[in-house]
Amino acid sequence: MSVGLLSLIVLGLAVLGYLLGRQRALSAVKGDPRALHSLPSYYGASVALFTAVPALLVMVVWLFLQPTILETRTAALIPQENIAASGGNISLVMADVRRIAEGLDAVAARAGLDEAGIQAMRADLSDMRSRLAEVGVALGANVDPAVFEAAKTYRSLGNSLHSAMALVVLLAAALGFAFALWRISPQLRARNLVEQFIQVLLIASSLIAVATTFGIIASLVVESWHFFRLYPAGDFFFSTTWNPQFRGGSSLGLWPLVWGTLYVSFIALLVAAPIGLMAAIYLSEYAGPKMRATAKPLLEILAGIPSIVYGLFALVTVGPLLRDYFAQPLGLGDSSSSVMTAGVVMGIMLIPYVSSLSDDIINAVPQAMRDGSFGLGATQSETVKRVVLPAALPGIVGAVLLAASRAIGETMIVVMGAGAAAKLSLNPFEAMTTVTVKIVSQLTGDTEFASPETLVAFALGLTLFCFTLALNVLALVIVRKYREQYE
Amino acid sequence: MNDMRILDRDVSANTTKITARGVQVYYGENHALKDVDVDILAGTVTAFIGPSGCGKSTFLRCLNRMNDTVASARVLGEIKLDGEDIYDKRVDPVVLRARIGMVFQKPNPFPKSIYENVAYGPRIHGLTRSRSELDEVVETALKKAALWNEVKDRLQSPGTGLSGGQQQRLCIARAIATSPEVLLMDEPCSALDPIATAQVEELIDELRAHFSVVIVTHSMQQAARVSQRTAFFHLGHLVEYGETGQIFTNPRDPRTESYITGRIG
Amino acid sequence: MTDATLHGGHAAPRSLLATDARTRRRKAAETRFRLYGLTAVGLGLVALVFLMWSILGNGMGAFRQTYFEIPVELSEATLDKSGTRDPAVMKKVTTVGYGKILQKALEAELAARNIDTGTMKAKDVMGLLSKEAPADLRNMVLADPALVGQTITFEAFATSRVDGYFKGRVTMESAARDSNISPEQLAVAQKMADAGLITTQFNLGFLSMPDASELRPEAAGLGVAILGSAYMMFIVLLLALPIGVATSIYLEELAPKNKWTDMIEVNIANLAAVPSIVYGILALALFINFMGLPQSAPIVGGLVLTLMTLPTIIIATRAALKAVPPSIRDAALGVGASKMQAIFHHVLPLAMPGILTGTILGLARALGESAPLLLIGMVAFVKDFPAAPPEGLMQPATALPVQVYQWTQRSDPAFVERASGAIIVLLAFLLIMNAVAIILRRRFERRW
Repeated sequence: MSVGLLSLIVLGLAVLGYLLGRQRALSAVKGDPRALHSLPSYYGASVALFTAVPALLVMVVWLFLQPTILETRTAALIPQENIAASGGNISLVMADVRRIAEGLDAVAARAGLDEAGIQAMRADLSDMRSRLAEVGVALGANVDPAVFEAAKTYRSLGNSLHSAMALVVLLAAALGFAFALWRISPQLRARNLVEQFIQVLLIASSLIAVATTFGIIASLVVESWHFFRLYPAGDFFFSTTWNPQFRGGSSLGLWPLVWGTLYVSFIALLVAAPIGLMAAIYLSEYAGPKMRATAKPLLEILAGIPSIVYGLFALVTVGPLLRDYFAQPLGLGDSSSSVMTAGVVMGIMLIPYVSSLSDDIINAVPQAMRDGSFGLGATQSETVKRVVLPAALPGIVGAVLLAASRAIGETMIVVMGAGAAAKLSLNPFEAMTTVTVKIVSQLTGDTEFASPETLVAFALGLTLFCFTLALNVLALVIVRKYREQYE
Repeated sequence: MNDMRILDRDVSANTTKITARGVQVYYGENHALKDVDVDILAGTVTAFIGPSGCGKSTFLRCLNRMNDTVASARVLGEIKLDGEDIYDKRVDPVVLRARIGMVFQKPNPFPKSIYENVAYGPRIHGLTRSRSELDEVVETALKKAALWNEVKDRLQSPGTGLSGGQQQRLCIARAIATSPEVLLMDEPCSALDPIATAQVEELIDELRAHFSVVIVTHSMQQAARVSQRTAFFHLGHLVEYGETGQIFTNPRDPRTESYITGRIG
Repeated sequence: MTDATLHGGHAAPRSLLATDARTRRRKAAETRFRLYGLTAVGLGLVALVFLMWSILGNGMGAFRQTYFEIPVELSEATLDKSGTRDPAVMKKVTTVGYGKILQKALEAELAARNIDTGTMKAKDVMGLLSKEAPADLRNMVLADPALVGQTITFEAFATSRVDGYFKGRVTMESAARDSNISPEQLAVAQKMADAGLITTQFNLGFLSMPDASELRPEAAGLGVAILGSAYMMFIVLLLALPIGVATSIYLEELAPKNKWTDMIEVNIANLAAVPSIVYGILALALFINFMGLPQSAPIVGGLVLTLMTLPTIIIATRAALKAVPPSIRDAALGVGASKMQAIFHHVLPLAMPGILTGTILGLARALGESAPLLLIGMVAFVKDFPAAPPEGLMQPATALPVQVYQWTQRSDPAFVERASGAIIVLLAFLLIMNAVAIILRRRFERRW
């Protein structure tokens, strides 16, 4: 029974429960709803909730846990020599097991075999590899009998677990249904019951945000810990070379990546901070209402454009432009992907970010400050430079820090614009790489979670997470302090 | 209103500083000020009184073109300072405001040190040539604002840290440091407690020796205490303008009488 | 200290009209500053225009495609010897077989029109056509076996180089340096165009076809990517909206103000600022490694985008709930409604336009997001359409922004045109979503 069908049955039962519950409550008072504690629909809703919610919860938890159980039970069946044969890596063997198990059904359907027939199949008697290849499951080597047996167990255990799940879920739904229906009486405080139930659901939803944070931190920390068991932390944090080798013996020093990240972010801020700030000043202090009403949304379009678009812009337009008109004439290199390319494009992306944050902050400076300055005969620019900006400075610093945090975490622009070479160089027209680029390059393609070359991405992710979190918290504290000043 | 002291102040034959003729102000569609004629005399405190929304603050803000900063405001008519039209196209409001200073309803010291607050005007107008000269200007201004003794030991601490009355006197010091010829005050005491109000009122009387002062006030007692001449505004009209003593004891217009006896407003 | 010092600035009253050097300098500084501001706004707008111009300029070509119109005789002898018109039997004729038919038809047509191919080999003449063309012909015949025995006018894709030649991207000079095309081939193509054998049409296939391999950029389309993105948006909408609204209702209306709810709020604010790539790492570790969900599947992408979109929706929803004045709640509570009834009957319906606007904007962000999808394997080459949900949610697919990235990683420059075209499609979707959000806001926004 598929998950979709099972959910449909449970939901159908819930609808039925609603109708029956309502009916039962009404008939208990001979059709006079005034004698009930709550409105009839609440009685129905209580049955529906008791039927659906526990059953669906059980299903979700079961689906969460099933793969883990299946994995550990099957892995125990595989002899040590098979694991040793594939480089001591159980996950590779298990990947084969899963694929064979998936292929078995197709093979059986093709050959018209029944359940017993599948159990009778033997890898040492027939050529399983070619039979599996016929149904689209390509294997790297011949099927080992032990692995094949494990796959059969995997399949049958998976099937029985699945049936067990269906049974348990339906049982939970039926029990909830019966219990709730049995409880209905005119005195039952059905509304309070339903409302408490809903409140619990609301609280549970709000916990998802907490769970997400927990999940992020847990996955980063756990995998980073695995990484540091394989690779010395000292080398990661203090080495200045980044040179991953997929045969081992890599040097995975953080510094070239951090340098690239900071360099790109620095250039981005060099573009975004002055332009964004001056644009905000112009739009809030000088521009007429018409200009403001057109220019502001237009600038904000820049913020709504996905970063992949900027990435493409860097790759096809800005990169070649900077190379042909700056890097090559100046003799600074001939790479179209460079720190400059990524930095300039990222700067463009951050302009509206800086400008809208600064705009809020400049507008928060009380008009009385400006009046005081104008009343003394100051010009508009003197007022802005000597009164408004100093008053808004903490907030603007906060805005720039928030922009910096975005720049550091930005991925697509640097992946497509900055290059892939880990270097510690000062030349902005050279290709360099960043933390996010390396996270992508180490984790895309066929990932295999046992080598330090892959796991390093999690340590990089943890570094990135801590960095941006610290910047954000700092910026928020500064901005909040600033807001309080004028409230 | 029994305790109202109406002092017999000398209103000598002072020269006219500002003349306003037929001033009209519109905020968008709203006709806020209708056909106002006023002469402001030098060396005199002139009070503008009237109920809220009568146009007295609006008129005050016309005198140094602060209404320019309000996008929807439109000023018609003629206002002359020493015989020159201040709304002439060639007049730079910045130069004008250096000669007609302004103090606002709520104390608005800049978030800078006390010293920097006072030095702001002289600095932007380039009134001093050296640091010591600037120090002197700051000190004189603070003394004239009767604040020097309270702040002389903490000139570098922030101006926002002072009490309300001190802040307002700081703003007055800031305004007079630019050595204007006219000082406009928009309800300068409305945010202050009675003691601070008394200090500021005393100060206004002293300032008369150096500047002409125009003060908008909500309080008739205050107008009576500090001013020599009073103008009564009502619904955008200048109803009556004359010597303070006359306005309060013998108003010519029935509306003025209703106001000062508390029947309207 | 005398009055003279204080009045030093204006010893004698000067005319208002006289301007001294200092005032002029200050005026000049004012003008300069104003100009800097205007320049900054201008630079921002120029960047926007340049960006759009570059994308549109590169990408519009992807919506037009060059075709060869060739009369092809589909003879029964080669295609369906049995004469049963049974597709299962006809499948025995491979793509190579159709290639030969196409080649013969092309040569015949060239001869009939007196187009001289000079010393060119037959293979090179055939090279003008996309490698996808024979497969296209085969699919066409298998879909409609009745065509066998007729002579039809077949529209064959031109190869990307020929396509580029007619769009001005490829020149004779660049062809001379190109191993995939020769100037002679282009000359023949030009003669065929003169003879009316070539048409350029709106390329509907770009929106409907699946991706194609490195060698066939002309056949690459966005079908799978659009479907994959649609599946993911469906999941995001289905999960993020209810969870986001539930969270907001709890935090805004019901939760007591204490340390615990404070922590949840700080948490949500921080989640909104976590780099998207970190969500990708979470998805990889949690959904794929730990839960064993398949790589490249829309379900995983949908889940990770849901987590990313949640903070946006929560923030928007809370703002919308906050905008409903307390008097509405008081009114409901005053007639004896329970707190829940007040919220669900009165507050929530009034906040709905704001919530929907926030949700659409959140969806728009999610639609353009690519970094986390790279990590969960959505960069894979996927040529098969996923099935209908729910099974399709578990099958490999790509997404619009990731398809763009994938195309930029290929060496053939024709893919740059495709990538830019895909961006135009993406931006068009975003534009529609934002427009809907703005219209919703305008129509239903209520000022209290």
